[in-house]
Amino acid sequence: MNNKIEIKKLNLHYGKFQALKAVDLPVGENSITALIGPSGCGKSTLLRCINRMNDLIAGVRIDGRVLLDGRNIYRHGLNVPELRKRVGMVFQRPNPFPLSVYDNVAYGLKVAGISDKDRISQTVEGSLKGAWLWDNLKDRLDKPALDLPLDQQQRLCIARLLAVEPEVILMDEPCSALDPIATMKVEELMLELRKKYTIAIVTHNMQQAARVSEYSGYMLLGDMVEFDLTANIFTNPKDSRTQDYITGRYG
Amino acid sequence: MKFLGEKGVRRVLAGIAFSAISALLLIALFIIKEGLPFIISYGPIKFLLSSDWQPQAGKFGIWPMIVASVWVTLGAMLVGAPLGVACAVFLTEFVPRRVMGVIKPTIELLAGIPSVVYGFMGVMVLAPLIRSQLGGPGLSVLAGAVILGVMILPTIISISIDSIQSVPNSYREGSLALGATHWQTTYMVTVPAAKSGIIAAIILGMGRAIGETMAVIMVAGNAVKIPISALDSVRTLTANIALEMGYATGQHRQALFATGVVLLVIIMILNSLAGMSIRKKAGKR
Repeated sequence: MNNKIEIKKLNLHYGKFQALKAVDLPVGENSITALIGPSGCGKSTLLRCINRMNDLIAGVRIDGRVLLDGRNIYRHGLNVPELRKRVGMVFQRPNPFPLSVYDNVAYGLKVAGISDKDRISQTVEGSLKGAWLWDNLKDRLDKPALDLPLDQQQRLCIARLLAVEPEVILMDEPCSALDPIATMKVEELMLELRKKYTIAIVTHNMQQAARVSEYSGYMLLGDMVEFDLTANIFTNPKDSRTQDYITGRYG
Repeated sequence: MKFLGEKGVRRVLAGIAFSAISALLLIALFIIKEGLPFIISYGPIKFLLSSDWQPQAGKFGIWPMIVASVWVTLGAMLVGAPLGVACAVFLTEFVPRRVMGVIKPTIELLAGIPSVVYGFMGVMVLAPLIRSQLGGPGLSVLAGAVILGVMILPTIISISIDSIQSVPNSYREGSLALGATHWQTTYMVTVPAAKSGIIAAIILGMGRAIGETMAVIMVAGNAVKIPISALDSVRTLTANIALEMGYATGQHRQALFATGVVLLVIIMILNSLAGMSIRKKAGKR
């Protein structure tokens, strides 16, 4: 399998605090890679390095390399908005814009300077179908997105992302605000999306990692303790710290 | 305070709060009591829409003053609203928090400059400039609009800043994560999300502009006539009251109170519009 993303010796400091310590991580193309570990271990921080969302935080220093298709995204002169079109992100809490359903999905296209109405409405339809929302929402496209139930809001955020045709989707605990049934739906959706996209997901829910991912990385205090096939991580961990975590003795 | 006890303190505070409200009520009632009978006896349409203001001859038409107030205020909005909103957007979205912490109090200090000082600047600098560059008497609608536009900046800026800052950061993150640039995020997501607060800021600024007196008296020229161009000299509703109250008696005095009633109504309408705009936002979240 090809690695879509390769993170190499990545260090990240918030001021004096080192949040990531020489982290390595490969993310395979058209697969789901999960990052697990106790809160504060740096897994979200690591995820946010892949689309450079950490650039927004003052006082962050990053060294090391993050290769996307073999090219470092921290290289000088990289166009960050272009990078974020290729590497999209779904957040912990659903964050649709205070606009209509339609305008939420069309947002990425407008940002990209596309004004062809037919093309936009086709993309909106396709993206909502891709996130399994079309049948629910096709008659309510002009409804405010913030009036939708939370799980539909979260899938709308996924649809909004699909509209810009990313190559990679980063998911930062995408189900933590959802109930178990909604979580199941989003997980099924992830398995479907994997066929076309490369997905990296941060989760504190080990069962979720076990259900959806091919590969898992276990992180602790900024270190990548162990990275392996998910099946191996959960049945035959090599590191005793991983074993403690997955058996529930820690975290 | 010990001798008062918990309940006593409460009562004293309630009394103080109530006296503030009752002062407001009394002023409103007094103005209405003095002015409303005149409006009714003189005829509201004649009072509001006639252009004849000759107190000695018993003619009290305030239409020129209404037109003047409207033009000066609209002009002030044209100057103050774009500047104020742009300034608020820049300070919240494009400047580090630390810098903002210095600039915002400075802007709020602008609100503390006495209006007579603004008027002084208008008379000494702005009016001569207009007279020499554009013609006319200098003391004009334009001078009033520019001075008022600057005076309402602190109101517009600080309320707009509050409303832009209250936009959840998750909106900005969501937009940036879709590949939007900082500026696209600002004008397509952040500012629209803060829209109702910004509108409220503009309406409150408008209320200040329409009610401002001293600076306008000094720079607008005070001629009672309907302005034909922005360079004409005008007298606003507030200026009319302030200029004539000193010597007015009888019906003339009542007519000035009636002018006060008109102002009171206009400002009450503007404030409730601003309140509605703010509440609409609260309901949406």
